Amino acid sequence: MKRKLLLAITSMALAAGISGVAHAGKSDDTLNVAIDRELESVDNYYNTAREGIVISRMVWDALLYRDPATNEYLPNLATSYKWVDSKTLEFDLREGVTFHNGEKFDADDVVYTLDYISDPNNGAKPARNVNWWDSTEKLGDYKVRVNLKKEFPAALEFLSGPLVMYPNEYYAEVGPEGMALKPVGTGPYAVTSVEPGKRYKFKKYDGYHASSPKGQASIGNIVIRTIAESNTQLAELFSGGIDWIWKVKPDQAERIDAQGQFTVKNSSTMRIGYLNFDAMGRHSENPMNDVRVRRAIAHAIDREGIVNALVKGESMVVHSLCFPSQFGCTQDVPKYDYNPEKAKQLLAEAGYADGFEIPFLAYRNRDYAEAMINNLNAVGIKTNFEYLKYAAFRDKVQDGGSPFNFGTWGSYSINDVSAITSHFQSGGKDDYSKDAEVIKQLGIGDSSVDPTVRKDAYKAALSRISGEVFMFPLWSYNTWYAFSKDVDFNPTPDEIPRFFTAKWL
Amino acid sequence: MIYYTIKRLGLALLVALTVSFISFGLLYLSSDPAIAMAGETASDADIEAIRKLYGFDRPILVQYFDWLQRALGGDLGKSYYFRTDVSALIGERLPTTMTLGVCAITFAIVLSVPLGVAAAIRPNSLVDRVALFLSVMGQALPSFWFALMLIVFLSVNLRLLPTSGSDTWLHFVMPTVVLGYYAAPAIMRLTRTGMLEVLSTDYIRTARAKGLRPWVVLFKHALRNAIIPVVSLAAVQFGFMLGGSIVVETIFALHGAGFLAWESITRNDLPTVQGLILVFSLFYIVLTFFADLLNAWLDPRIRIN
Repeated sequence: MKRKLLLAITSMALAAGISGVAHAGKSDDTLNVAIDRELESVDNYYNTAREGIVISRMVWDALLYRDPATNEYLPNLATSYKWVDSKTLEFDLREGVTFHNGEKFDADDVVYTLDYISDPNNGAKPARNVNWWDSTEKLGDYKVRVNLKKEFPAALEFLSGPLVMYPNEYYAEVGPEGMALKPVGTGPYAVTSVEPGKRYKFKKYDGYHASSPKGQASIGNIVIRTIAESNTQLAELFSGGIDWIWKVKPDQAERIDAQGQFTVKNSSTMRIGYLNFDAMGRHSENPMNDVRVRRAIAHAIDREGIVNALVKGESMVVHSLCFPSQFGCTQDVPKYDYNPEKAKQLLAEAGYADGFEIPFLAYRNRDYAEAMINNLNAVGIKTNFEYLKYAAFRDKVQDGGSPFNFGTWGSYSINDVSAITSHFQSGGKDDYSKDAEVIKQLGIGDSSVDPTVRKDAYKAALSRISGEVFMFPLWSYNTWYAFSKDVDFNPTPDEIPRFFTAKWL
Repeated sequence: MIYYTIKRLGLALLVALTVSFISFGLLYLSSDPAIAMAGETASDADIEAIRKLYGFDRPILVQYFDWLQRALGGDLGKSYYFRTDVSALIGERLPTTMTLGVCAITFAIVLSVPLGVAAAIRPNSLVDRVALFLSVMGQALPSFWFALMLIVFLSVNLRLLPTSGSDTWLHFVMPTVVLGYYAAPAIMRLTRTGMLEVLSTDYIRTARAKGLRPWVVLFKHALRNAIIPVVSLAAVQFGFMLGGSIVVETIFALHGAGFLAWESITRNDLPTVQGLILVFSLFYIVLTFFADLLNAWLDPRIRIN
């Protein structure tokens, strides 16, 4: 009797309590997604997180759209574009597009958006998105001209993704704080609710323009929740509270896959790992100044073994300081196989037959770093390993405080070599070699709009970087995704999940 | 008594200020806040822009006193990360933490005081052993592990409770048990010790000799005295729960002030961290103050002294 009473009370309590809890799934046409970090803002221009980019692609459109499969730039809010000269771009804009609040899209929105974010007083970030054009002119209601400060071939890459268009009247009225709480765009999903840092709700935008290369969204509603703890995300997935998670740890992904209850997918990302050497003695006179030592290290690291044992997934060894899909990235450069004997021989030639001891910094993937340390120990190189927070790591590296470090770079999903090789090897703070020839070739590649000239210049630069081992590229990274078997979702190498292409099965 | 109270409050405020200054310095020295804010993908130009925009290029003392001056005027500043008022942010997150804290301390008291009393009435009996076992378990179980086990059992396997979030009261059941159970052993052991001590005193023997009913002796005469140190401890534990529920809030995705504190530290969001430290410090001060008043009410000797 008592047991029955208890059961009845429990059932009633559960009915009363759980009815308010969002349930996963196809049945209510709601895709429940978990992310692991609180977003600073949903406003595209006040956010640097990858999850913010994901939301940005759902809510807003850019003038162009890069097809993630072909890497081709397709017209989106612009119907066409042309290079008037190497520093001037003209766009014909699409008519009949409306923002989620009913505001019409036209040239005023483009001019307003680009003017607003290029004004340093507004503090839009990241700055690289906005510091390469000089002005924007309205040539007609549906025609604009963008004047570049200098030749900038990656302009189309930025105009096809990060630079999304805002409704000028609405943004002028509400500003970044208003946009963060009630975002308005032209994208395939409209935001219905924002609980900052906690939960974001989206509804398919029925008025989405039919000619968009993004296509019409299929899933009716999307709810994105912040769940910082990965084990809780898994528990939510298992208990049906969440339909889709990403950044799943490799061992967990393998276990989920083995269970067969969920779809598990892996995709290589644009992020690559690298070793950076103090080739020019910026830190101090140290063994890394000698190219034979750098080559020895390149032969000492078992990249293939580490990829197979630890990095796993669709990661691959990269031989060039860029991700293979990036424009200008060639793998036709000097390569280094895993050969500890050759490494020892090179060290002996450099006068380090008994090895040496050197500081070694890293800020992520301690396990990968430790595997490399073992490889180095095997050829006689002892490391004083320091594992730092990213900010401290970057501080130390840029101040010249590191003869040898392990870092990674994601190219902020820009599919162009200038987003990585030019960042590290053009003579800036991160450049530990400052090689005149590399700087010259990268300068040519970064400033020409002729694809052949660019490719040749980048190849020359990348070959020299590899030949001299100024930096040693390791492997590409990957992301594991796990989601309900009801969902049809395909990840892309730019690590930007496009929920507007997802469907229910 | 008034002089004593003012002195104690003044000292407590000084402690709060010292803590805030030290934490400000430590956060600032641990890494460059501009780099932490800009994130991993930011360029040098991004970082420089942030440094100028938020005034990180000024001396640390200038930055601290600037914050302090505004804080004294009731303005805790704007979060570097969320770009909203810190006071609004804390106000938004605090109810979740308060709800969790009140539920957890209530759970801890309801669980531990009766068990402590029962254990004291029959020392070394089965009840005492069970109480000891529960107490040791509570102290030995890591919160994160206990939380995950509850999730696996109650949420994933039995589907009785929601896994994470704070939408309904059911979302607070598991976090309350985890947080409350962690605080219970200390209260239980203190109740048991206090009761054992009081039960062996002369006035209890006298009360029994006078023929008072056992429950009157136990609850009216013994527990009232034994509970005094427990009140102080519970106040401290409650303060700890408000500021230290980071693990529980993270695992159950509660988005309370504890989680906000942790995330803000990792993001070097100085105004938010400073605001939270101030609020948590004030909570401790108020709680300790009220614990003293409660003790004075329970024990007339404290009032007289």
